[in-house]
Amino acid sequence: MSEWWTYSLSDFLLFSPRTYYRLFELYNADIWPIQILTVMLGGAILALIRWNGVWQGRAVAAILAMCWIWIAWAFHAERYATINWAATYIAMLFVAEGLALLVVGAIRSPLRLRPGGSVVNRGGLCLFVFALLLQPAIGPLVGRTWMQAEIFGVAPDPTAVATLGVALMADRVVRNIMVVPLVWCVVSGATLWTMEAPDAFVMPVAALLGIGLLIWKAWTLRRSRRAAGIAPV
Amino acid sequence: MPPSPRVGRRSLIRGLVAAGAATLLGPTPAAAQQRPILTRPIPSSGEALPVVGLGSWITFNVGNDKAARDSCAEVMRHFFNGGGRLIDSSPMYASSQEVIGYGLDKLGKPAALFSADKVWLPYGSRGRYQIEQSRRHWNVPRFDLMQVHNLLAWEDHLPTLFAMKSAGQLRYVGITTSEGRRHHEIEQIMRSQPIDFVQVTYNVLDRQVEERILPLARDRGIGVIVNRPFREGALIKKALRHPLPNWAADIDCANWAQIILKFIVSHPAVTCAIPATTSVAHVRENMGAAYGRLPDEAMRRRMIVHVEAL
Repeated sequence: MSEWWTYSLSDFLLFSPRTYYRLFELYNADIWPIQILTVMLGGAILALIRWNGVWQGRAVAAILAMCWIWIAWAFHAERYATINWAATYIAMLFVAEGLALLVVGAIRSPLRLRPGGSVVNRGGLCLFVFALLLQPAIGPLVGRTWMQAEIFGVAPDPTAVATLGVALMADRVVRNIMVVPLVWCVVSGATLWTMEAPDAFVMPVAALLGIGLLIWKAWTLRRSRRAAGIAPV
Repeated sequence: MPPSPRVGRRSLIRGLVAAGAATLLGPTPAAAQQRPILTRPIPSSGEALPVVGLGSWITFNVGNDKAARDSCAEVMRHFFNGGGRLIDSSPMYASSQEVIGYGLDKLGKPAALFSADKVWLPYGSRGRYQIEQSRRHWNVPRFDLMQVHNLLAWEDHLPTLFAMKSAGQLRYVGITTSEGRRHHEIEQIMRSQPIDFVQVTYNVLDRQVEERILPLARDRGIGVIVNRPFREGALIKKALRHPLPNWAADIDCANWAQIILKFIVSHPAVTCAIPATTSVAHVRENMGAAYGRLPDEAMRRRMIVHVEAL
């Protein structure tokens, strides 16, 4: 692309805000009542995090993986791609995240999640609860209809934020399952910012919080390993 | 939010007189039945084309939303009822081509249609395939005009388009750019290639093309299609905060959209402007710019001064 410096974000926005939010409205109507199921799955993740059993990490990672793959197909490939050709590639990223969650979080070395004990864990829990309970209400609060609400497990934004929260609650640094959610935070934030949406700041702020807490976690883990005489990995 | 403009009694009366006179003088679809629509000849053929067309960037990309598709079809209905012909799209505009096809089917394939689309691929080998896909989306026998979108791989695509034109698979060939990009290259192509149309951005505030592109188009006998006449809505939004100038009636304009469009189409090198909209009211306003008097050179200068001061 020559003269790339003359392009602005608005040159890449292919649709109007009305069309974008109508997409969620029609999507929510089409898939109803799957939203109830995914919110219940979100509640199940909260319960699993508290449970701290053997299958805790595997189950949480598997639920999230299912949500990412569902969104890749049902939202991005089937619907968003009708107004944004780039959504086909985004769908592939979402599938990759689903597979990463399965491989890294459920199969190879299951996650162990802790909701408390450190600022990072509590921060992760806050992000998850925000994504599950508060984020769907933001749209209606800024003037969109409830039918356009973006709900955990079926809409990309709250699912990405919830995944960041879960990754931060893990007993180790799991950067590889945070990459796609962070990328999506940037893409979604840029889309909403270009559309001049009043809630455009939400996803970038969530990403910054996620990155900040991740860095803190990596630093504190390294420090505690050093203190215990274990070589950093 | 900007402060509301202060409207004095005198300016209010002037505005009302201007609006009333403009309405009486007829740039409305109803009046379109009696008054001839303003047209310009396509330089390479002499075929007359109404000076206002219809763009589809963003506005017609509504996906599979049936209600929104029906709204777009209504916009198209009013466009054709107002005497319009040229509709422009691109594979880059996601579902816009399909939505145009939906509208054309719903309206019974208006005979007046002048179909303008683009080829948008970074390499030439798949150009014909993409054009065929676009044709299927529109559901037309062939395109009237096929343009190379934003000069993307134009060296590859132009020979294909010229070959298709020779074979009768399309009628005109063009190139496009927007917002002042790659004008030097545009000029080179205009000088070296037998194109029929060039599509550029031009409006009362973005007048860069007046320096070289528009004079060159006249010299070389190339038609000019103007995109982004309202700066994607920003220009009209800004203008609407101010009362209609009292000279609007002198050029048969009843609203700001018509003033902005008449500035563009009054340039002698311009063949057609292609505003995009999702609103029936707006397409009716836009089509009003294709009727009545056009500004002369003195009025054009006055328009520039006025709009720049807004």
